[in-house]
Amino acid sequence: MKPGHGEVLLTEGDPELREDEERLVLAFREQLEQGMWAAVPEHAPNGRRQARMVKEFSEIPTDAERVIFFPRAAGGC
Amino acid sequence: MLLALSATAIVIVALMWEVCMPRIEEELEKRRARRAYVEGVGFDPGRERRAEQRARQLLKSCVNDEEWAMYRDLGFVRVWGRNADGPEQGGTDRTLEGAPYAYLVYPHKPIISYLPQTRQLLSEYCVEFPDETRPYGSARLPDSDDVLAKWMALTGDERRLIASANMHLPGRQVDPKQARRDLWRLSEWERARLARERRSASGAQA
Repeated sequence: MKPGHGEVLLTEGDPELREDEERLVLAFREQLEQGMWAAVPEHAPNGRRQARMVKEFSEIPTDAERVIFFPRAAGGC
Repeated sequence: MLLALSATAIVIVALMWEVCMPRIEEELEKRRARRAYVEGVGFDPGRERRAEQRARQLLKSCVNDEEWAMYRDLGFVRVWGRNADGPEQGGTDRTLEGAPYAYLVYPHKPIISYLPQTRQLLSEYCVEFPDETRPYGSARLPDSDDVLAKWMALTGDERRLIASANMHLPGRQVDPKQARRDLWRLSEWERARLARERRSASGAQA
């Protein structure tokens, strides 16, 4: 998510392919270094939906379809 | 005599040419610059609208059907709190502490925590998602992205989001009357939705 623009596709690929994985890891680290938070939407056990916050590439579930980066929360108002 | 005048005229023209030529070239250059096509860099009135449309699709794809319908119909999303260790049922003074609680998530407004059993407002959490690469004059997330960011942060790491927020008593930013009215709207909306589901279920059985 990019303020003023909304959703922007950063990169995509199959993490099982070495080249793709390197690119995905690079993009992941770049976003976190920019201060973004990363979340993976998933199904909760009770039938609800929830997000899993991830801080490392290895924490991303293998069946995750996407990782959403959004600006870090800060106190406002 | 004629020859002398001609020679003088030629000299005058040559001098004038030397004097005027740079100015003429400068004017021509300015004229070309004025007429040149410049790639549009101005405000695009459709950009925010398109961003919001994309954001709505993204939100819809992340939350469940109930939450999406709630946001579409009411303009906010309810997220259940996950840090309550208290009894299942609340509503009395004895069970108020630790009772299940929830949040109302509005776009670009504070998150409001409340007790669903009593509709008692607990607090406002003011939180923003600023673009840290542009600390001054940062643009805002589209409305639906702001709701999704709050939803993800609340369902993914509630403690971290609440720790990042500025907490205030109810009524600082959102009018408590408005918040209570929204809670009433939510209960009516849920009742209608439940009735619709029952009707469709009984219709399917018949």
